[in-house]
Amino acid sequence: MAKVMHTPTAPIRDIQLMRDRATSIRKHIVEMLAAAGSGHPGGSLSAVEIVTALYFGGFLRYDADNPEWPDRDRFILSKGHGVPVQYAALAEAGFLPESELKTLRRIDSRLQGHPVLGTAPGIEASTGSLGQGLSIGLGMALAARLDGKDWNVFVLLGDGECQEGQVWEAAMAAGHHAPANLIAIVDYNKFQLDGAIADIIDISPLADKWQAFGWDTTEINGHDLGQVTDALEWSLSCRRPACIIAHTVKGQGVSFMENQNAYHGVAPTEEELARALAELDSTLQRAEASIERSGSAARKAGT
Amino acid sequence: MKAIYPGLTLGKATRDAYGEALRDLGRLHDEIVVLDADLAKSTKSFAFGEAFPDRFFNVGIQEANMVGMAGGMASAGKVPFISSFAAFVILKGFDQLRMAVAYPQLNVKVAGSHGGISIGEDGASQQSVEDIALACSLPGFTVCVPSDEHQMRAVVKAAYRHKGPVYIRSGRPKAPLIYDAEPKEFGFGKAQRLREGNDVTIIANGMLVGAALVAHERLRVEGIQVRVVDMACVQPLDEDEIRLAALETGGIVAAEEHLVHGGLGARIAQVVVRVQPAPMEFVGLNGYAESGDPEALMRKYGLTADHVIAAVRRLLTRRNGKTH
Repeated sequence: MAKVMHTPTAPIRDIQLMRDRATSIRKHIVEMLAAAGSGHPGGSLSAVEIVTALYFGGFLRYDADNPEWPDRDRFILSKGHGVPVQYAALAEAGFLPESELKTLRRIDSRLQGHPVLGTAPGIEASTGSLGQGLSIGLGMALAARLDGKDWNVFVLLGDGECQEGQVWEAAMAAGHHAPANLIAIVDYNKFQLDGAIADIIDISPLADKWQAFGWDTTEINGHDLGQVTDALEWSLSCRRPACIIAHTVKGQGVSFMENQNAYHGVAPTEEELARALAELDSTLQRAEASIERSGSAARKAGT
Repeated sequence: MKAIYPGLTLGKATRDAYGEALRDLGRLHDEIVVLDADLAKSTKSFAFGEAFPDRFFNVGIQEANMVGMAGGMASAGKVPFISSFAAFVILKGFDQLRMAVAYPQLNVKVAGSHGGISIGEDGASQQSVEDIALACSLPGFTVCVPSDEHQMRAVVKAAYRHKGPVYIRSGRPKAPLIYDAEPKEFGFGKAQRLREGNDVTIIANGMLVGAALVAHERLRVEGIQVRVVDMACVQPLDEDEIRLAALETGGIVAAEEHLVHGGLGARIAQVVVRVQPAPMEFVGLNGYAESGDPEALMRKYGLTADHVIAAVRRLLTRRNGKTH
């Protein structure tokens, strides 16, 4: 995939293109997890549209040829176990060769099982011990403000992760310091390792909590790219920290993984991989057919 | 505390020197930011906060978040100095020190004040007896326990110059003056030999350096020549100084205001068995202490010159087979 460099002055909001990109990312996810033989499909798949919109919707400013460009926006995957979705996006964006994705979790690979700063390009923080990414993001956002820089910090949190006390320490401190360049997104897929969040320690009402901590808050369908891009657009206009609560489906896009918490931390077998890829390919084909239909409809309408 | 350091003059507390040195350093370097977790008046980081309010962040009572924020600031080019009581910043912030500082090797300086039991009346929950072991267990961390105000000032400057994580422990009470003036340069991994002697070596840091100097004087009167080394830097250790102590004096007494497990003495022992095996004795804590006057605590829990002298005698007895 060619290198992509997005800036807000040249936003790409072609939803169908992003949908295809999301499907490619899903294919990478299941392929790399099957190759690794371990990892976390459910929480990687639920975050695909969020990550796709960030990297390919013109929201995250980056330069894949110069990953340490000082004025880049920062994206921190605080739910570090979902890192296959980020590696896949980084490959699609040209930070990594696609061929490297299958080295995930292997000895000597840059693609560690959870994100590690200084290994793969485009990773901004070491995470995987849950609850820590928002504090790191807050520190970055305040550093940017001190320096008079206009770069933004996006932090993607898990819903189960919101049970960690440190998340609320950071939320409270962010509410106090109110950096407008800090955006949190919660991938609210309703499950954690041991089961349904509502059964273990319920985190609802989640929007009310963030609001009470001094954040501007919105709730969206985290798989509707129109809603995701609108919410990101909105978050950039907020004058204090913004939190997007994205309602998602764990395992989204692979029918037998959807809402099946058994796939929280179990990689697909070869047979499951084949089924998943067949489904995802037919999603792509349906999308192409629909583009053709709408294209010919438009042509008809034009004549 | 004066009574347990006869012949020595008490100077400022090392935490006071930390605060002053940090404020002075802030005048020279704009990239220094300071974070504290609602103990700025106690850790003395408030001096920086008064001078540079824009670069001072009191995060409230949330040590874990403070450490994470510091990691984020460091990765964006700042040089954060963060402080709280040693017992809180190291223990409550440990996972964050691991993930957001040690693992990515970010340029964060951590200051733990009120180290050891000499904080006194507040009791064991506020006394830090495990911080050195934990800080040293973090790969890539430089770990220092300065003995007096002069050395602390040099350590703060050295911490700024060093690119990478540093942990500095300071103390609450006034500390006996070990040095006449600020050392020109403090090198991590370089110990200071304070007294010569060839019968045995006392290697100490923090408040125990004063006790070692008192022990030196009292044993000298008896004709026992004790070498005294201030090993403020626990990680990396001055291995050469340890080797020379074992080789030339035939035995080492380690003395520290910390658990004997995992602190200065345990780390020295690891060097001794590898480079120059020699008998050792350990002056330190074996568990938690309690509330009380600092001096009474140092006496009750075995951290005075008397205890150092007793350890020297035990070592000489073991080595020479006769009672000293």
